[in-house]
Amino acid sequence: MREIFRRYGTTLSAFIVALPAFWLLALVVLPYMILFEYSLRPYLPFDQLGGPSDVYSLNNYWTFFTSSIHVKIFFLTVFFSSVVTAICLVLSYPLAFFIAKVAKPHNVPTLFAILLIPLWVSEILRSFAWFIVLSYHGPLNAILEGIGIFSGPVRWITGFNGVMIGLVYTYVLFMLFPIYNAIQALDSHQIEAAEDLGAPAWKIHWRIVIPHSKPGIASGCVMVFMLSAGSIIVPSLLASPGSRWFTEVVQQWMFESQDWNTGSAYAFLLLVLCTSFVTLMMRLLNVRLVDIAK
Amino acid sequence: MSEDVKLANVSMDFGKFRAVENVDITIKAGEFFSFLGPSGCGKTTILRMISGFIDPTEGDVLIGGKSMRGIRANQRPTVLIFQNLALFPLMPVWQNISFGLSVRGVDKATQRAKAEELLRLVDLHDAADKAISQLSGGQKQRVAIARALAVEPKVMLLDEPLSALDLKLRQHMRAELRAIQKRTNVTFIYITHDQGEALAMSDRVGVMSNGVLQQVGTPQDIYNHPANAFVASFVGENNVFAGKVVSAESGFGQFETEFGRFKARLGPGVNLGSTTAKLYVRPERSTLNPAQPGGNEVPVEVMSLTFEGNFINVLTRDDRGYLHMVQVQNDPGGKSVAPGSKMRMSFQPTDGVVLGEALQRKSA
Repeated sequence: MREIFRRYGTTLSAFIVALPAFWLLALVVLPYMILFEYSLRPYLPFDQLGGPSDVYSLNNYWTFFTSSIHVKIFFLTVFFSSVVTAICLVLSYPLAFFIAKVAKPHNVPTLFAILLIPLWVSEILRSFAWFIVLSYHGPLNAILEGIGIFSGPVRWITGFNGVMIGLVYTYVLFMLFPIYNAIQALDSHQIEAAEDLGAPAWKIHWRIVIPHSKPGIASGCVMVFMLSAGSIIVPSLLASPGSRWFTEVVQQWMFESQDWNTGSAYAFLLLVLCTSFVTLMMRLLNVRLVDIAK
Repeated sequence: MSEDVKLANVSMDFGKFRAVENVDITIKAGEFFSFLGPSGCGKTTILRMISGFIDPTEGDVLIGGKSMRGIRANQRPTVLIFQNLALFPLMPVWQNISFGLSVRGVDKATQRAKAEELLRLVDLHDAADKAISQLSGGQKQRVAIARALAVEPKVMLLDEPLSALDLKLRQHMRAELRAIQKRTNVTFIYITHDQGEALAMSDRVGVMSNGVLQQVGTPQDIYNHPANAFVASFVGENNVFAGKVVSAESGFGQFETEFGRFKARLGPGVNLGSTTAKLYVRPERSTLNPAQPGGNEVPVEVMSLTFEGNFINVLTRDDRGYLHMVQVQNDPGGKSVAPGSKMRMSFQPTDGVVLGEALQRKSA
């Protein structure tokens, strides 16, 4: 800190320090604290605010645990977010390895452009696009019928299928890039050395490449899981009658019931429970936080 | 235990660039063979062709008489020690060494026993459970050698593994490598740009330049009887004279220079009338005398002295401004030459050799 002030002078240093501090405190910590305060108070008509019944309690949190439907939706959200994370991992690892170690270096920018351009389109538009692609009389069914793979149209958006397809498409790059970075940092000579010592391809991956890219895999999994569990647009647009996402419940409390207090409690529960789940998984898979921060 | 390696008219192209041209050589079983040359001469390409990471564009690599075309690196009886060693940083020392065994499905106890046996061979007794990052440069070197030996290769390939070490350790490891090679009797193919390493360790040396093998021979052959100008100047120092061959007779000839005619040996392919050939004399075979005309002599003036301990490098200049180096033994009792003194640099006809230019690639 002192070094920064010595090197850049007081004004610039204060600015450099103040900007992230403002971002962190005013735009992240403060809103969360307000939400947290909301979540502890009861939902009251306007004229009773500050009145004798406006006291702190955990009743809003209790609402969640007593509603078996909401608990079930929460676990389904965690489960299908985990499935989305797993699918993203299975898709990303080979692609990341290909770009990092197999593709010719002069083709890499082109590959990145192809991967990144869809990310420039907003999430809402992409979800709508998938909705159209996957719809019962949509282009995907038309093509599959046209080339004779299916004889009749297939209902794609059923159960959690539509949501999972949408989430995988939306967040797969958040898995790809950390893994790509990790694999790219691996000295290619180690791969060659393993091959030279007689290892077949899958053992090279299992013993050398995957252990090396574990931090990237872990941070990709955390990101995709948290983003999926916290996503609202994709689960709303690609939903079927059977697929309710926990964020939709939060939205319902806040905007349909106008009960921000219970909604805040649910939002906090989502944050805390997902963080606990991630921590537990990291413990089980023996990944430390410093590995992810690399 | 070991196998011979035959490079049969091997060429390698990368796009339009020909990295190796028509190398044809047999490396004997149990031999310590070095490819010596500057960076970019194609020696690493040769090593990668033998190890199986690349297949030659033309010709064939044969190990133990068996063609290796289409056989991948993990199926060949060779093992490569990389320049940066490429040890696996996430595994302890013993797992590094036993990696090759573990991928072959050898059980854990045998792996561990073999790793410890090899650690004793390379003189690293209690390092089995250490992390790679805890080892010094020389220790990492030994682990790399042990890891390579663990898979009992028929041919060991070494890609300048000593270049990252400091001088003292490098000299020590030279002797060690040589000893390990003799003990295990594995064919060693070593590549280096360091002539000292190549000469000190090898049974035979192949000198390379621009993808072409210039000369193959024992270290003594390479140093004492270089085949052409490239070999002479890459291996050791020389005083060089331009001129032309004016007479040739039973291996010797008269070479006419600006300083008169010198009698010297004629190198391979050098004939009467050759004008591109040059005369090479080693500094340690040149002598400085006070005036004594006649024979192979150039009048010079002493410029400066560099004291090297057991010998002294005397830098001299002839009257046309060319510099010549003469190496004289350090004689604490005798009187030394003084800068500015006029002397004659001379050499025996057997110590001067007229050599043609380096072999060139035929294709671009």
